[in-house]
Amino acid sequence: MSSSQILSLVTFIYGLAAFLYLVAWIFRQDLPGKLATWVALTGAAANTAGLILRWVESYKLGIGHAPLSNLYESLIFFAWTIACFYLVIERIYKNRTIGAFSMPLAFLAIAYASLSPNISDRIQPLLPALKSNWLIAHVITCFIGYAAFAIAFGVSIMYLFKQRASGDQLQFLQRLPEIRVLDELTHQLVMFGFLFLSVGIITGAVWANSAWGRYWGWDPKETWSLITWFIYATLLHARLMRGWQGKRIAFLSITGFMAVLFTYFGVNLLPGLHSYGAMG
Amino acid sequence: MSPSQKQEGLVDSLWKFLASVKLTIVLLITLACASIFGTLIPQNASPAEYIQAFGPILYRIFWVLDIFDMYHSWWFQFLILMLAINIVVCSFDRLSATWQIIFAKNPKFNPERFQRLSNKQEFNETGSAQTLSQVYSPIIAKYFRYQTVTNSGKGTYLFAERGRWTRLGVYVVHLSVVILLIGGLIGSIFGFEGFVNIAEGESAQTIRLRNVNQVRELDFVIRCDDFDVSFYETGTPKEFRSKLTIIEGGQEALTKDIIVNDPLRYKGISIYQASYGSLAPDRMTLKFTSNASGMAYEIPAKVGGTIDIPEAGGQFTVTEFQPQAVFRGTNLGETIVGRLQPKGDTSPADIMLPVRFPSFDKMRKGDWVISVGNIEPRYYTGLQIAKDPGVWVVYTGFTLMIVGFVITFFLSHQRICVAILPNDTGSSVTVAGMATKNKLGMENRIRKITAKLSVARV
Repeated sequence: MSSSQILSLVTFIYGLAAFLYLVAWIFRQDLPGKLATWVALTGAAANTAGLILRWVESYKLGIGHAPLSNLYESLIFFAWTIACFYLVIERIYKNRTIGAFSMPLAFLAIAYASLSPNISDRIQPLLPALKSNWLIAHVITCFIGYAAFAIAFGVSIMYLFKQRASGDQLQFLQRLPEIRVLDELTHQLVMFGFLFLSVGIITGAVWANSAWGRYWGWDPKETWSLITWFIYATLLHARLMRGWQGKRIAFLSITGFMAVLFTYFGVNLLPGLHSYGAMG
Repeated sequence: MSPSQKQEGLVDSLWKFLASVKLTIVLLITLACASIFGTLIPQNASPAEYIQAFGPILYRIFWVLDIFDMYHSWWFQFLILMLAINIVVCSFDRLSATWQIIFAKNPKFNPERFQRLSNKQEFNETGSAQTLSQVYSPIIAKYFRYQTVTNSGKGTYLFAERGRWTRLGVYVVHLSVVILLIGGLIGSIFGFEGFVNIAEGESAQTIRLRNVNQVRELDFVIRCDDFDVSFYETGTPKEFRSKLTIIEGGQEALTKDIIVNDPLRYKGISIYQASYGSLAPDRMTLKFTSNASGMAYEIPAKVGGTIDIPEAGGQFTVTEFQPQAVFRGTNLGETIVGRLQPKGDTSPADIMLPVRFPSFDKMRKGDWVISVGNIEPRYYTGLQIAKDPGVWVVYTGFTLMIVGFVITFFLSHQRICVAILPNDTGSSVTVAGMATKNKLGMENRIRKITAKLSVARV
């Protein structure tokens, strides 16, 4: 079985896990929830195997490199970090409803990689600029940060659901963690993500300096990562001020994740100097 | 109100304004929004491109606002400066209070403050306050380094804390941001960034600066001794490598092979492998076949050079290399053009030697048939040349920032108070705690400690 086949299979496993978590939450059933945990664990294990196999395959092709070098590989890794990160949180907080808001993100990431016709799953050789040990450090730290922000996004949405419905007490919202737990969890996740985003930007800067002689060049990707950094920095400082808790923090966390997505995908749509003529 | 009082009031409110978190929020959001523009509008393109894209009116407005190089514009730099001032003032404003907490010899604690906390657990015990505090003290000591026991009229209080110094974490982060900005400033004042293309075998001393239409003379000469590029089977470049020699004051100072991600550094200036391109080749081997003897000779030649044809056959001068030579309306492709001076008094003839057609010269029906044996591809190497004395300052900032984040985010100042108050059956024990961070984690810890204390016996 090739790594691409395993990873396509993981797409369905994550999809099933996400579905089970949603069922467990909405219909207030424990059995689908327990099942979901096992399915998610299986998916994460298969995802790990797929990544390792892909690494091995690249060496067999004679162009060995860590599977972190293009959009396909980064999406697979993103799904993997979200799934693993979530499973850790599930263990700590002992609440499976977070899964209903996290596993769908892992599923979407890997589904985009596996199913989009624009994303090639071929193992490609590394361009000279990518041949650096900083590549691994940079990509891993960035995606750990992104995964934390992704789950913070899910938790913030849960917060908004729960907070809106506090009056009429919809039954399926009762299963969500307490509102202050959600708020605190968002904060914890954002702190964690912020640390890793910062380390990701720093490793990227050090790498850029060793490859091009400048640690910062204001190119769109760099700038957008800084915009993301500014937004989460705002969130962390806003918590210090009265009145900036709960709902506003949830909105900032959601905005922050939108900036993450734009940094990740949207930057490719921006006009570089080369596509400039197409603007007018 | 006297003028000086008024002035003090003004300074005071300015200080408060500059120290406020509200200003931080406004600046961060403004910086985030403003930064978007520079990613939507390409930076440092030519005016013609901008006018074509935006029209003259919008161009004029953007030009006034420095949108085309906005990250270096006065207003963007002003925002960053304000953020720096905000960070410094705000940190100073709070530091004195924090300092007193951290370096207090005998930290004060207020039992009533702990009684008011929501994070507390209670249970009843049979022993007296005195014995219980002796039992609890070593258990608390496992979790908290600093501990004091006080007795008041009401009962006995065990107070313990740890991680006081972690309150400094946030100042470390703020300091790191200031250091980063200083590093950036040093780089932009004392550093430069440019590029130069050097053909194989040639040297350069003058580089073009990036984004400004200027050149700069280096203190040394860079010579490109050799350049190699290898490709993957797919045709994408695998590695490009330049062998560079630094020549200073006529002396060869250093020779090094550089590849992408592995630059050469010399006297604070770094030379990076950035790109490459091909040039018209100037070295080749020519094959001379004699009609008389049938012998064939391969002779190395170069553009502009003259070689003696063997068997005293005269001379041949390579005039030029043409990438697309045309002969009677036919494109011959890559062709060496040269001048043949046969022996004797015969007048010289200009001849063409297409690389793809080795028998082409037979048509001339001369004594010799000349063809091109081998052409060495010739490249130029594209070098990026940068000097940034601020880099180490920036790296110091990076390191401090990571250390500061770990302290700020994951470590906290935790305090606990165990109040043992006598009641009818013995004592009532209240365990209350607070932490600067991770309040839920502290609640768990208080529960855990309470559980331990409630089962502890003399």
